[in-house]
Amino acid sequence: MAAIEILGLEKTYMVGFWRKRPKRALQPLHLTVEEGEIFGFLGPNGAGKTTTLKILMGLVFPTAGSARILGHDWTDPEIKAQIGFLPEQPYFYDYLTAHELLDYYGQLSGVPAKGRKQRVEEVLQRVGLTDIRGVQLRKFSKGMLQRAGIAQAILHNPKLVFFDEPMSGLDPLGRREVRDLMEQLKHEGKTVFFSTHILSDAEALCDRVAIIHKGELRGVGAVEDLTSTVQGKVEVIWQGSLIPASLKALGAECHVTGDTVRAVLPEKQQDAAIDALRRERIRLIAITPLRTSLEAYFVEKLQHSQTTAGVTS
Amino acid sequence: MIPRIAYIASNTFREAVRDRVLYNLIAFALLLSGAAIFVGQISIEIERLVVINLGLTAVSMFGVVIAIFIGIGLVSKEIEKRTLYTVLSRPVRRWEFIIGKFFGLAGTLVVNTFFMAIGVFGALLYVAHKFSKPDALILVALYFIVLEFLIICSLALLFSSFSSPLLSAVFAFSLFVIGSFADDLRGFAAMAHGMTRWFATAAAYLVPNFSALNVINLVAHQQSIGSPLILQNTLYALFYAVMALSGAILIFERRNLK
Repeated sequence: MAAIEILGLEKTYMVGFWRKRPKRALQPLHLTVEEGEIFGFLGPNGAGKTTTLKILMGLVFPTAGSARILGHDWTDPEIKAQIGFLPEQPYFYDYLTAHELLDYYGQLSGVPAKGRKQRVEEVLQRVGLTDIRGVQLRKFSKGMLQRAGIAQAILHNPKLVFFDEPMSGLDPLGRREVRDLMEQLKHEGKTVFFSTHILSDAEALCDRVAIIHKGELRGVGAVEDLTSTVQGKVEVIWQGSLIPASLKALGAECHVTGDTVRAVLPEKQQDAAIDALRRERIRLIAITPLRTSLEAYFVEKLQHSQTTAGVTS
Repeated sequence: MIPRIAYIASNTFREAVRDRVLYNLIAFALLLSGAAIFVGQISIEIERLVVINLGLTAVSMFGVVIAIFIGIGLVSKEIEKRTLYTVLSRPVRRWEFIIGKFFGLAGTLVVNTFFMAIGVFGALLYVAHKFSKPDALILVALYFIVLEFLIICSLALLFSSFSSPLLSAVFAFSLFVIGSFADDLRGFAAMAHGMTRWFATAAAYLVPNFSALNVINLVAHQQSIGSPLILQNTLYALFYAVMALSGAILIFERRNLK
């Protein structure tokens, strides 16, 4: 069973003083997220990521289309007991302490009163807020609020978690912790759907990604597939700063960084390059096929859409 | 369903209690009761009348200010601050949120009225040295004031469900002022002709009739209040509050939370 099935969801806002000018925020979107995967929803700012998440959470009503979450209609309120949601740049009732906030959300999510206190403590510990659980949220930094947001999203042990820009406002250590947490959630069998424009996070974490731009889906696929396009070139790295002349003759593009040299050359010249390095008694460190990075794929998809738009106009 | 409404109401109450403005208003209301004692002491033989009039009017006025001040932000503030996102992404229906907010604010006002009523009775005891049987009518006046708060809460919520806090405040306060003169408006409608009569009659019956809920002067003059009026006002306030809340729910159920 798919965790999320988005069946042609679209959203058009009516803008302007008389609200007569349509502005399409989301083109008909078809997307399936399988259970147990970490799915990255990528796109630049204003691409339609948050609109999609808001529609799935029932905060915004779609103009057309439908969705199924964990096999149920997405408008069924009861399904939300199995969903966790972290909004972008979350803000909470700042007069509450972290403990009170989680207790309140636990009540609303139907966490039984008997084990709720213990569950709140567990989650606070998991996101590193135990020491400040009695502090009002108005005294929290942005990073601490983000942690509280993550805590409320996983509090009721949901099967499916939606994170909207979960790394926003976090320092490098915090980002690392969130990445670890998302991997833990995956190991616990949960499905994680997260939107981001930080591609390194998506590349490191996601099983699959979708790229959205100007409300339109530009590509979907497994990160491995999207980044494994061998361009017929290999990357050779060796120690030192010497670049043999015979290697240059093979058409290698060489860059010296510190005490290593990185060269990119056609795949068919690979053996000749190794022979050249051996002749010079140079220590070979690595030789790997050149892969397209997720960033390159992302940029290509965005540029493609802009080119298409340019041709159309 | 009911537990979720209770949790939202409880959190709304907690927010109000932790809001320092609320404490200030209570303190100010108590101060006004103190002023009533002062006025009572310099008056001749009308201490009781002045204390009841001034005390109950203060209870009503401060309650109305609190109801409007808090009520107008109950929905719009949650949308603006995006605190609503993490509530409605749980198994909470939108109508449960509205009803929970209403009971939270109404509960706050009932508790607030209770403490201010203690102040009024304290002031009365101070000037009259004892309670008399007609003083029980003060409880009826307080009950009507609470009914008035229910209507204002529901109206503030209605306006808060579609407009900004500032506009909501203007709408709610305007309706309160017009509603306080509802009887005069009905009298004017009876005297008017043509379209004016039609509009005045429609307006007179659409605006909340707060003048029917104001029995402060009757109570101060120890005039009795019949059971029919109590029943009529109760049904009227409940009907009006239910209609306003239904409107708030209808609007909020269709609202995109951008």
